[in-house]
Amino acid sequence: MTIQGKVWKYGNDVNTDVIFPGKYTYTITDRKEMAAHALEDLDPTFAKEVQAGDIVVAGSNFGCGSSREQAATCLKEAGVAAVIAASFARIFFRNAINEGLPLIECPEAIGAIEAGQTVEVDFEGGILRVGDKTYQFPGLPESVMGIVREGGLIPYVRKQLAQRKA
Amino acid sequence: MGQSFTQKILARGAGKSSVAISEIVDVTPDVVMSHDNTAAISATFKRMGVERLDDPRRHVIVLDHCVPAASEKYAQNHKTIREFVAEQGIEHFYDIQRGICHQVLPEQGHVRPGALIVGSDSHTTTYGALGAFAAGIGRSETAAIMAIGRIWLRVPETMQVRVKGAFADRVGAKDFILRLIGDLGADGGLYQAVEFVGPAIDDMAVDDRLTLCNMTAEMGAKNGYMLPDEKTRAWLQARGVKDYEPVFSDPDTVYARVLDYDVSALEPQLAAPHTVDNVHPVKEWAGKPIHQALLGTCTNGRLCDLHRAADLLRGKKIDPRVRMLVFPASVEVVREAMRDGTLLTLSEAGAVIMNAGCGPCLGAHEGILAPGEVCISTANRNFRGRMGSRDADVFLASPETVAASALTGQITDPRTL
Repeated sequence: MTIQGKVWKYGNDVNTDVIFPGKYTYTITDRKEMAAHALEDLDPTFAKEVQAGDIVVAGSNFGCGSSREQAATCLKEAGVAAVIAASFARIFFRNAINEGLPLIECPEAIGAIEAGQTVEVDFEGGILRVGDKTYQFPGLPESVMGIVREGGLIPYVRKQLAQRKA
Repeated sequence: MGQSFTQKILARGAGKSSVAISEIVDVTPDVVMSHDNTAAISATFKRMGVERLDDPRRHVIVLDHCVPAASEKYAQNHKTIREFVAEQGIEHFYDIQRGICHQVLPEQGHVRPGALIVGSDSHTTTYGALGAFAAGIGRSETAAIMAIGRIWLRVPETMQVRVKGAFADRVGAKDFILRLIGDLGADGGLYQAVEFVGPAIDDMAVDDRLTLCNMTAEMGAKNGYMLPDEKTRAWLQARGVKDYEPVFSDPDTVYARVLDYDVSALEPQLAAPHTVDNVHPVKEWAGKPIHQALLGTCTNGRLCDLHRAADLLRGKKIDPRVRMLVFPASVEVVREAMRDGTLLTLSEAGAVIMNAGCGPCLGAHEGILAPGEVCISTANRNFRGRMGSRDADVFLASPETVAASALTGQITDPRTL
């Protein structure tokens, strides 16, 4: 799968409170409504203007802070096709996989990417194209890819349970 | 090459004799914690198409994030959880009167040295202070454990932090962990296990050890760990926990990094808005007017924290312009602090005594900030908008610094009083 998307660019340590504020974590349960608040306290224009297929690019430790899964859900539901960062906070990384939101860890490329430009991601080849430059990024471990291949954790667990019964 | 504590625990959980760094293992946790997010977890669990929990005895559920319910939506959330608990026969359920999960689990004997614990909350790292492996996970994967009893974990490298020296008066564990996060940065321990050792840790009370491991989450760590010792044993025995097997890192464990700290010269520290790694000596911010002072949370709501604040406030009045809110971490802390007069001292000084729970820490209720307001808090996060308005400022500091600042109405180094 190869995708092209317009970039929204942010800095280091983008935390889950600015991605999805804590005050909504128990009051908003609808995914569409979650998307309407995505990145609200970092960039109030994002949720209004994001288009399906856009790509979020950030520095190190993206998704640090709370374990709230809505941080991954709201980006996925807002149409974000992938997040490219220098590194990811570990619980956000898990939540994104479970949600089926692709993450690309590629520290070398971050400095070269500008807001508003279009970048291309070749997931199978592990290649990120930024203008005329290309960068390699590591794929996910095989055991984790199983979850992604099934389309997220819920279908993955359903399949595991079905295999148990068989 | 030796196996670290974390490798040994994950190997046992996966049914293997040893595991390698970066290996992904499928483990069965001993304990799985969830809180007010259990309503969402139970909905996901049902979407997985399974009727009964894999093992209800493994799960501990504590209502703490917005207790008592602040609105009809929160009330419905709690009701859904109570119904799920009854339907699934979950025995380890603590309703709104008990306190914060990260205090209730250790107090109620759910945390044992050598245990493998996961929780759908980032500060699950707290339990490492008692020699357990404890890491935060997400909601859906908590539902997956409910369904299949397994979760994947990547085996982390371990960073060792060796701490020596004795804290100066009115300086303590909170100042040290803030300094460490300030030095390493919010991603300084990303994906890693953090093992605290050394004479200053040996000297530290269990309450303070919990504060250190709690905040390892703020440097990106997977888990914190301290060697269970005589203090751990006594703390657990007082709560009826005797049956466990401590696990230690092999002497020839290879650490990703070893850091040495001497806390003797450490000054009171604070994290300035809006990141936890924006750490400075308190004196650099001295004089900044505050509107709210928060004492409590899973970081510093324990009895010794309340004692430290009360010692500074005894017989005095806090500044009338400051709202000081006190949230003991659990009902056990409430009762102890009632019996020994600590709550009376704090109340007489002008503080508002609140219920055991998370309070306004995550911006849900009980002390939300208006635009332009400044709060000094003993909590663990000061992200923009976390405690209410995105135009409010939150400073993080020790109980001593929060009490001193409440007294004067401005950020105050407690050593200057």
